[in-house]
Amino acid sequence: MSDAVTGDEMMTIIAFSGDLDKMWPTTILASTAAANGMDVTVFATFWGLFPLVRDGEKIGHDAMTKMLAGMNPPGFTKSKLSKMNMAGMGRSMMRKVAAKSNLMPPEDLFEMCLDMGVKVWPCQMTMDLLGIRADQMLPGLGEPAGAATALARMSKSEINLFI
Amino acid sequence: MDVAKTVDATGQKCPMPILMTAKAAKELQAGDVMLIIATDAGARSDVPAWVTQTGNELVESSEEGDVLKFYVRKK
Repeated sequence: MSDAVTGDEMMTIIAFSGDLDKMWPTTILASTAAANGMDVTVFATFWGLFPLVRDGEKIGHDAMTKMLAGMNPPGFTKSKLSKMNMAGMGRSMMRKVAAKSNLMPPEDLFEMCLDMGVKVWPCQMTMDLLGIRADQMLPGLGEPAGAATALARMSKSEINLFI
Repeated sequence: MDVAKTVDATGQKCPMPILMTAKAAKELQAGDVMLIIATDAGARSDVPAWVTQTGNELVESSEEGDVLKFYVRKK
């Protein structure tokens, strides 16, 4: 994991929500900050880890975490809207509206983030808690990290966001 | 004006015009000029903001109907 400080302006986003509509600002701001020449880190924690799990992976290490994953399936394409999800109808409408207006879906914007050098650190504690293994997550992520690593980065960042 | 590279972001929404611009800028030499064409109204302020943030130079900009054009020199 590269936590070396490059001297560029820094931005750190704590991506706590895995909601579809919140993954848009997370990925838009992270990729644009990288385009602006900033050194960008996204620390993905709690629900924010779910979109980063590969499609089709079965997460959970016991009955309860497996049930939780059943109620809140992982993967970008399963992300729900934070409001008006209406059992997935709102999500699918929002995706159609976005496609119609030529707004990239968050999973594609996330790819752009990685292409542009945005560092994405999964939260180790959440992975252990919810039974998500590193090999079940999207390629290109950084090493799992903890709160102290995130804070060390945040204390040096000009911009810190909790989304 | 010699244009070394053209970024055609016609029809693209935020943040794509900026991401495409930043990618193209990496392939330019200092002093080269690139032309950015965008139709997203947000680009009107976003491209100048990116230019300022990255220390490049906005040489010229124009607007015809919905089409925004920016000539940016890489520093």
